[in-house]
Amino acid sequence: MRVLVWRLLSGDRPGHRLVSALLLAVLLGLAVLPFALPGTKAMAAAARICIFIVLAGSYDMVLGYTGIVSLAHAVFFAIGAYAVAIPLAHGWVGWDAVAVGMAGGAVLAAVVAAGITLLSLRVQAIFFSMITLAAASLAQVLATQWRGVTGGEDGLSFSVPRALSPSFRLLRDPLFGVRVDGRLLTYYLIFVAALLLFLLMLRIVNSPFGRVLLAIRENAFRAEALGYRTIVYRTLASAIAAGIAALAGGLMALLLRYTGPDATLSFSVMVDILLMVVIGGMGTLYGPALGAVVIVLAEYYLQPALQAVSAALAGWPVLPLILDPDRWLLWLGLLFVLIVYFLPAGIVGSLRRRRG
Amino acid sequence: MADDVLLRLSGVHTHIGRYHILHGVDLAVRAGRLTMLLGRNGAGKTTTLRTIMGLWRASAGTIAFAGQPITARATPGIARLGIAYVPETMGIFGQLTVRENLLLASGPAGLDPARLARVFAVFPVLKQKFQQAAGTLSGGQKQMVAIARAIIEDRRLIIVDEPTKGLAPAVIGQLIEAFQALKHTSTTILMVEQNFHMASALGDDVAVMDDGRVVHTGTMRDLAADEALQARLLGLSLASHQ
Repeated sequence: MRVLVWRLLSGDRPGHRLVSALLLAVLLGLAVLPFALPGTKAMAAAARICIFIVLAGSYDMVLGYTGIVSLAHAVFFAIGAYAVAIPLAHGWVGWDAVAVGMAGGAVLAAVVAAGITLLSLRVQAIFFSMITLAAASLAQVLATQWRGVTGGEDGLSFSVPRALSPSFRLLRDPLFGVRVDGRLLTYYLIFVAALLLFLLMLRIVNSPFGRVLLAIRENAFRAEALGYRTIVYRTLASAIAAGIAALAGGLMALLLRYTGPDATLSFSVMVDILLMVVIGGMGTLYGPALGAVVIVLAEYYLQPALQAVSAALAGWPVLPLILDPDRWLLWLGLLFVLIVYFLPAGIVGSLRRRRG
Repeated sequence: MADDVLLRLSGVHTHIGRYHILHGVDLAVRAGRLTMLLGRNGAGKTTTLRTIMGLWRASAGTIAFAGQPITARATPGIARLGIAYVPETMGIFGQLTVRENLLLASGPAGLDPARLARVFAVFPVLKQKFQQAAGTLSGGQKQMVAIARAIIEDRRLIIVDEPTKGLAPAVIGQLIEAFQALKHTSTTILMVEQNFHMASALGDDVAVMDDGRVVHTGTMRDLAADEALQARLLGLSLASHQ
């Protein structure tokens, strides 16, 4: 059993008992959530966590493992989402359409990422970031202006294959008190796909290829002096990460049965991914997974939690005002500042350092 | 003598930004020998090594390795010809383990047990630290990792920049033994070294640089025996290398 887990994790230890415990709790929690906490909101939050674990992990491959500061990662997420949405929204509803959309989105994202990287990696880091920011803006303009294909600012709503639609019933009777419908199947499709993609990313970063990426991040000149063409490795890393981000985008499209610029392409998506990676710990993969859990839970539950606390403190001076649910972003920001201050290498990075 | 030259620099000039560092370097490194590149601080020794590796571009002149011009080649292409470079300041990857550092320098087949055994024979301490992050090692151990990385595969030329810089005398003794062992394998080595004791213990040939040019070439034995020449070329007094 131990050997199997070790192999599945590609020999990458979480590095701290607390990290292992947290990861195990997240894995088990996500696996049983629809049965433990039945309800649309909990399942939607859990599905988003799964998707963002993949998306943040793929960004970590670029930022944490390769040292490339790209601000265009949400573009690849959007490419994947639109690639799945476009055939479904234009009447081609079926698993073949989903498969073609997923594969096409991943390939297109990889090609676009490789193009951007090849064109701009020769420039200094800050200018590379600016170029990726420009690419992100261009993609946003394209998505909003190319109305006939992307649905413009309204986006695309579409039907998914029958097995994933909420009206579909796989079993007539509930299982452990939960209806086995299309929504549940969609959740487990996303859960299994996210798990497999996460294990794939672990395999990649712990391969000889991943080792070269770490070497390049630490000192590109030294890596070149060992015979590694850093531009090739960086481009490949960007392309692989973009392909995985696109697959996450495709999963998001299936979850929402909708794709639009705000859902996948807005700058807030990019900021969320960045926060997940920084909070969790760059260059650890496990860190961004935990970061995704923190951010998505905060987005879903911080506001209601503040509402409850604020109501409980009604009549107290000042406190209900400070804890007003509308100020949830302020508290999220404060949480971020505290994590960065006390855990400068992120949750996983800092815990590993303390142990090490 | 000309036939056994493995690396030849002819009239090499290098500019770094607006600074003209190398002013026509002529240097020949003979196969199977250890050539010491000596000179005062700022003479252009490190720049010469970095120019050979393509880390700085030569603005004029030619560099040929085994008769093949490499002046315009990119660094990875130069390294793949079988040239290993050990930069100064212990050029290791600190976040990777010793094992991973060696793996990076190995071929696609991974670590060859026989060569690994040879590395451990030269640097026994690396066997104990094999799974440890290289960044957590002492300065001498880091230097050993950097050198081990250069010898973990067969190389046609090993370029080493000041291996003893900042190291304790006991570690320097170990490094001298390691390079003497390496010399017995007829590996060609080009080494920059400020420690004259180490240079004279190891060097077969010597080239002395001053102001971006090679101003003296000959055998290390002749230079070591001629204190007046040392004083003129290197500013060394007898007391300084006792």
